[in-house]
Amino acid sequence: MSVPPHPPDDPSATIQPGAAPPGVTGVVASATDLQTVEALRRGDEAAFVRLVEAYQASMLRLAMLFVQDRAVAEEVVQEAWVGVLRGLDRFEGRSSLKTWIFRILTNGAKTRGQREGRSVPFSLLGDVVLDLEGPSVEPERFLPADHPKEPHHWVSFPRSWDGIPEERLLAQETLSTVRAAIESLPPAQREVITLRDVEGWSSGEVCNVLGISESNQRVLLHRARSKVRRALERYFDEEE
Amino acid sequence: MAAREMTCKELVELITDYLEGALPLAERARFEAHLGRCDGCTNYLDQMRRTIALSGRLTEESIAPRAQEELLDVFQDWKKGRQP
Repeated sequence: MSVPPHPPDDPSATIQPGAAPPGVTGVVASATDLQTVEALRRGDEAAFVRLVEAYQASMLRLAMLFVQDRAVAEEVVQEAWVGVLRGLDRFEGRSSLKTWIFRILTNGAKTRGQREGRSVPFSLLGDVVLDLEGPSVEPERFLPADHPKEPHHWVSFPRSWDGIPEERLLAQETLSTVRAAIESLPPAQREVITLRDVEGWSSGEVCNVLGISESNQRVLLHRARSKVRRALERYFDEEE
Repeated sequence: MAAREMTCKELVELITDYLEGALPLAERARFEAHLGRCDGCTNYLDQMRRTIALSGRLTEESIAPRAQEELLDVFQDWKKGRQP
């Protein structure tokens, strides 16, 4: 079984002290993190089970962003846990435990995904790629720049979704629309929106794990959310 | 001097920065001033908020018990390997 490298052995994955502003979640290990690591080093199985329960589902979802096959993703997650255990003695608390675990996971998942030709490494997705994308809303929805009264205002207002009944808004079909929209996003946008909006991570955590700047993260998140909104709008309008 | 009015087309590109608290103060003021008088953008912002909330409702995958058992084996193997 191939085990992904631990962050301390991989300079590109090492979190530089001071890389993110203080107070951002996920930057350094908390007291609880250090206690957990101590317990694991002692071989405390209950501590391991708690960790698995807390992160396994998220790890699997994240792995599936990089590898297509569910069984392969499960393997990647299992290998990441082996990597975590073997790397424990080298954990120095310079990042939160969660960030460290997910870095081990993403390193392994990326390697695997690249081998399968699925994912574009983050380093290749610079601002150039971001700038090539069009606007968040179709330009024809706005009045032209030379409009005498209201340049660049809505031609017709986006509809209020207040009138949509709760059971429709939260229907399985609505959620399927969201899922399909997320799945069709370019990899970097998909990763960011999955971690932020599906998993509920903080922006600091996402930047640390994916190794991107706060501003790049916001651009990716904005593109992603705008496209999902557009898909929902189309879906709700169709149903009228 | 009053800052130039924000347009709807500008506002939709700044929503995530606004929600993330990343807009500079003056931009934030222009953003909110526009929202105060534009129902279209108010609806749009609300749609974005609902979109975010809906993403958060995507089903949680539960761990297959088999995977958990395998992980306990992994843990036990690792533990044995550590003992002198």
